[in-house]
Amino acid sequence: MKARTRAATILLTPFFLLFTAVMVVPIGYAVWLSLFTEKQSGLGFGGTETVFTGLDNYTAALGDRAFREGFGVLLGYCLFYIPLLLAGALGLALLLDSALARARRFFQLALFLPHAVPGIIAALIWVYLYTPQLSPVVQAMEAGGIGFDFFSPEGALPSIVNIALWEWLGYNMVIFYAALQAIDRSVLEAATVDGAGAWRIAFSVKIPLVKASLAMVGLFTVIGSLQLFTEPLILNKGTGSAVTSTWTPNMYAYTAAFDRNDYGLAAAASVLLALTAALLSFAVTRLTGRRKAGTARKERTA
Amino acid sequence: MSGPRTPNRWLSKTAVNGSLLLAVVYMLFPLVWLLTAATKDAGGLLAGNAFSFEGFDLGGNLTRLAEYNDGIYFHWYLNSLLYAGVGALACSFVSVAAGYAFHVYDFKGKEKLFGLVLLGVLVPTTALALPMYLLASEVGVVNTYWAVLIPVLVNPFGVYLSRVFCAGYIPDEALEAARIDGAGELRVFWSIGLRMVMPGFVTVFLFQFTAVWNNFFLPLVMLSDQKLYPLSLGLYAWNSNAHAEPDYYPLVVTGSLLAVVPLVVAFVSLQRHWKAGLTAGSVK
Repeated sequence: MKARTRAATILLTPFFLLFTAVMVVPIGYAVWLSLFTEKQSGLGFGGTETVFTGLDNYTAALGDRAFREGFGVLLGYCLFYIPLLLAGALGLALLLDSALARARRFFQLALFLPHAVPGIIAALIWVYLYTPQLSPVVQAMEAGGIGFDFFSPEGALPSIVNIALWEWLGYNMVIFYAALQAIDRSVLEAATVDGAGAWRIAFSVKIPLVKASLAMVGLFTVIGSLQLFTEPLILNKGTGSAVTSTWTPNMYAYTAAFDRNDYGLAAAASVLLALTAALLSFAVTRLTGRRKAGTARKERTA
Repeated sequence: MSGPRTPNRWLSKTAVNGSLLLAVVYMLFPLVWLLTAATKDAGGLLAGNAFSFEGFDLGGNLTRLAEYNDGIYFHWYLNSLLYAGVGALACSFVSVAAGYAFHVYDFKGKEKLFGLVLLGVLVPTTALALPMYLLASEVGVVNTYWAVLIPVLVNPFGVYLSRVFCAGYIPDEALEAARIDGAGELRVFWSIGLRMVMPGFVTVFLFQFTAVWNNFFLPLVMLSDQKLYPLSLGLYAWNSNAHAEPDYYPLVVTGSLLAVVPLVVAFVSLQRHWKAGLTAGSVK
């Protein structure tokens, strides 16, 4: 027994050491940093000193319109992107899962392939495809009478949502497809025998059975969305786009740290972002967990 | 169930496969554009007509890519291979060891500890990059290979996947038999457990390799020496120059194409593994 405890310790130690160094300590350090600020001492000749300021960095971040607007942008992004992603990925998975689909392996691979493209390169490609002089897409749209400026203020959100959809639609489709394939085929046969058509089976049998996957993908997508950075950064650089350098909270933190050298403010912004992620994860798990309990209760009374 | 089935079925079949094909076109045309754009010189690229081979100069683009700034591009390529290859290998090893321990052994507070791992899955990692940068500068590893390599060794989701895979691939009897033969616990892990869970190991490796290869925020924060850049950061730097200096466009585009190739090859040849990973993640 002792040998087993020893082995478990040896096998677990590397992970938890690294976990502590790379996740736990930085979280603690961020909280610590957010409570201090650098002040010029004397007439500004004596260098800087670090001063404890309590929650001042937090009130400064929350009091800054740019930071608050960043959260507004995230909210708009989530409301726009997440329903499209979930519906699109689930829709494609249902199509692929239907008895009528052909060449399933090919479709899965082809739809998944954008995941192999680094986010930065995906953003670069799409920025080229958004640029009127370069883009066959914009030219085709104009030929069809649709003028849309991807770099205008109204175009910013759709531009970025499109890049994110391109990157994540196929990936999440494969997750939903795997969940659909795991459904017991006898359940589907029973529904067919009862006279349910393909649409009815999809909506009343298949989708309720993959709710857990939907909740999980939803949760990871929310957390990923909060960290939005790379794609807007590329749009911000030199395209004349309406995307500013503090467009999302993550960009705000980055600018605070590296353009303004205000580490306290950057840390406070990071902590607020992580807190939002924690609250939202909690809300999503609670919400979906309760709904599951609700349906279970309904089944029992039925 | 009723009505004239054949024409109706034919119509539905066309609709289903047609919609899927449309989605494939959306997914693949940016990649096709990248492929044709990489063959053009700066003039052909800026002249539009992207899907043609006008101004074909792939050879010239590759030569310029190899020669520019003493071949810094292929230096970045090697860096990316180092970060992603070594980082993902070590990360998979650490994750599988932990996942194996969670599966095989019972100890006090095990599920609480595993809960901590799951909590780690939910941490937004980019929010940690800034404090990590400041910590790294205190320890003096900012702007070194270690600054990028150490953080990518940790992947809580890899531990979760490893535990699921160990439960699926390693029968208890195999471990018991090895113990009866007198093998020590670590020996059992090394020569039985690790070998049996190898397909899972490859899956964790593949996903971590992709994540590190695609990593941008961490190197952006940690590195200032161009010689240490991975591809993602190098291409970003070139792209920032391209607005003032259009000669950079073919470099960025051709460089992007070459940067995508290894992962596309990996995903095409290792289909079983990424599907297994996403399945294990979905059927929780």
